[in-house]
Amino acid sequence: MTAVVGLLLVIPLGAVALTLLLPKLVWRRSVSLIASTATLIASVAVLFGVDGDGPIIVNVGGWEAPLGIALVADRFAALMLSVSAAALLGVLIFAVGQRDNDRAFPSFHAVYQTLAAGVVLAFLTGDLFTLFVAFEIMLTASYVLITHRAGPEQIRATMTYVVVGLVASGLFLVGIGLIYAATGTVNLADLSVRLAEVDPALRTAIGWLFFMVFGIKAAIFPLFFWLPDSYPTAVAPVTAIFAGLLTKVGVYAIIRTQTLLFPADKPSTPILLIAGLTMVIGVLGAIAQGDIKRILSFHIISQIGYMIMGLGFFTVAGIAAAIVFIVHQVVVKTVMFLVGGLVENSSGTGRLKEVAGVLHKFPVIAVLFLPAALSLAGLPPFSGFVGKLALVQAGFESGRWLVVAVSLFASVLTLFSMTKIWSGAFWGTPTDNLVRAPAATMVMATGGLVALSLVIGLAGQPLLEIATRAAGDLLSQESYRAAVLVSGS
Amino acid sequence: MNVRQSLLAETGSRTVVPTIFIVSLFLLVVGHDAPGGGFVGGLLAGAALLVVFLSGGRNEVRTLLPLHPRSLVGLGMAVSITVASLGLVFGSSFLDAGKITLDLWLVGEISAGSSLLFDVGVYLVVVGLVATVLMELGRPEESAS
Amino acid sequence: MSPVLAITAGALFAAGTYLIMQRLLTRIVIGLGLIGHGANLLLLGSGGPPGAAPFTDQAGQAMSDPLPQALVLTAIVITFGTTAFLMALAYRSHALTLSDAVEDDQEDRRISEANRRSAA
Repeated sequence: MTAVVGLLLVIPLGAVALTLLLPKLVWRRSVSLIASTATLIASVAVLFGVDGDGPIIVNVGGWEAPLGIALVADRFAALMLSVSAAALLGVLIFAVGQRDNDRAFPSFHAVYQTLAAGVVLAFLTGDLFTLFVAFEIMLTASYVLITHRAGPEQIRATMTYVVVGLVASGLFLVGIGLIYAATGTVNLADLSVRLAEVDPALRTAIGWLFFMVFGIKAAIFPLFFWLPDSYPTAVAPVTAIFAGLLTKVGVYAIIRTQTLLFPADKPSTPILLIAGLTMVIGVLGAIAQGDIKRILSFHIISQIGYMIMGLGFFTVAGIAAAIVFIVHQVVVKTVMFLVGGLVENSSGTGRLKEVAGVLHKFPVIAVLFLPAALSLAGLPPFSGFVGKLALVQAGFESGRWLVVAVSLFASVLTLFSMTKIWSGAFWGTPTDNLVRAPAATMVMATGGLVALSLVIGLAGQPLLEIATRAAGDLLSQESYRAAVLVSGS
Repeated sequence: MNVRQSLLAETGSRTVVPTIFIVSLFLLVVGHDAPGGGFVGGLLAGAALLVVFLSGGRNEVRTLLPLHPRSLVGLGMAVSITVASLGLVFGSSFLDAGKITLDLWLVGEISAGSSLLFDVGVYLVVVGLVATVLMELGRPEESAS
Repeated sequence: MSPVLAITAGALFAAGTYLIMQRLLTRIVIGLGLIGHGANLLLLGSGGPPGAAPFTDQAGQAMSDPLPQALVLTAIVITFGTTAFLMALAYRSHALTLSDAVEDDQEDRRISEANRRSAA
């Protein structure tokens, strides 16, 4: 099984090398598609292996933790890997179906697989500095993807994105420097032991520094301003994968570091406050917008609030609910942006004033949009309902009524802004600009992810069970430490 | 593109460039157990490319490289990843390094590790990246449309 | 960490922060470079007293911690890559708009104009 975890890194990186070398577009496409499929299969295999037999550790180069770099696949990481690999594959098929993405940009597949490698490494690493490197791999690839085919407006938007990303990386390095000066290690398992002995005031300060660094990447309040500015300017599949994955990797890092390095035994009021503000301000921003992609971009922020809320309870139920919610969001957010891309692809615009009547002209797009939108708003029996219900229950258990009420209020507003897209773009008499029928491949890719989100909704119970076991591991810390620190010896 | 070639720069680069390349190769080869390595060597080779660029322009750089810079990066990554995954094949860990020692009769004993091959990959990637930067940023000015 | 190192890192951060607040892309690029250097110095300073070689083959000889140096090297490589990318971006922006300044967001401008009109 350790070989499979190693393969998870070798596959996307090998695909990068091959797609750079192969001269023909068809070959590059096949290599990229095969690699993404293989990543998906390998991650699901790892998920089942880990859920049965406990965490898998790979000591890179044969150096044992805490000296070497350890790759750690536990339940949380494996779950995130599987759903991310599914989203990566779906979006890749969509991008190939849209044709002009990889035709106009020869390195598209290489950059895309680099992004995949960064995401995989971020989930697998058991080492703070490698997490930094993974973030950089992922972000650098994302900088390239967002600027590809860029006009003046995209360049401007990307500049904000790149500069914010680099400042966050600088702060990340500062955090690593401080934590290393305080403890003398960057291995997560080792850190969780040694940080307990550090002065609590210093530990809190470092904890908040890391919360802020990952908060910038995850776009929590008040660090989200860059997201609605930059995401909508990229081409549809690129925005979809950013929306589905990148912020969630930030959330993953927040949950991983907060539970492992800076654990709390009672609900954290500041984190819940941030969560509540993120939810409300994100959804209010969404209501104010008049462009599909921008509405959805503000929704990303709002939904991040729910995940942070689950973490803020610091209970098994809360974190399990957050994990279920992330899994649901990765799929549904990707679908929403792909549907937005389909509308844009047909009409050439995503502005609600300029497009209407998609339902009558291209009903298939509407069919794809509806379950995803209802799922985003949290209506049963869709996947969002499972996550939100679990979050509300966890909130009641912790006795935090206020933030639960805020989250329900934000859900109602979410439903409202979804109806805004629905009545604006899908109802009404079809506008003249609806000319291009969506390519079958693009519809199939989106449809596959919609089906996955339906499956998540129907299989809510088993998912919640795995998530509960994962959350138990996260909160007890012992299984993680034990697995990393004694492995191989 | 109308590049005014400076005789001094061109003559100078003819002696300087091969020297830098040789030193960069030296750094690459000793890198597995002495200061040096693929990255430093690659950067130095990149510096040589920079000298070529300054004296001869973009096309000179392109003719000097055996492959398109993109393929150079790809080849380098392929080499490094293959070496890194050898560990998986032989049952030890990902990125594990092996070492062989050869006793060559007159030359004496030399040793080389698989990390040297890995470094060759890194070297190619860095050279390819520097070349890409030179080719892309050294392009004649595009006008705003 | 020696005071000189600490003060230098602080000064680099201050100058870098000032520069990235500017509108000109070239200044932003330089500012980010300075912030990167500041972070690297801090990282280097976290490794304990300087002055000795990171590796030695003699037992008992003073050694400085090699890990922060390895981390800094990696960080420098990453900064090298991102700076090259940023410069390409700044160059592209200049080629497209013939200006080096970062503009306000189009959509934000549209919304604030709409507000102004409805208020008037």
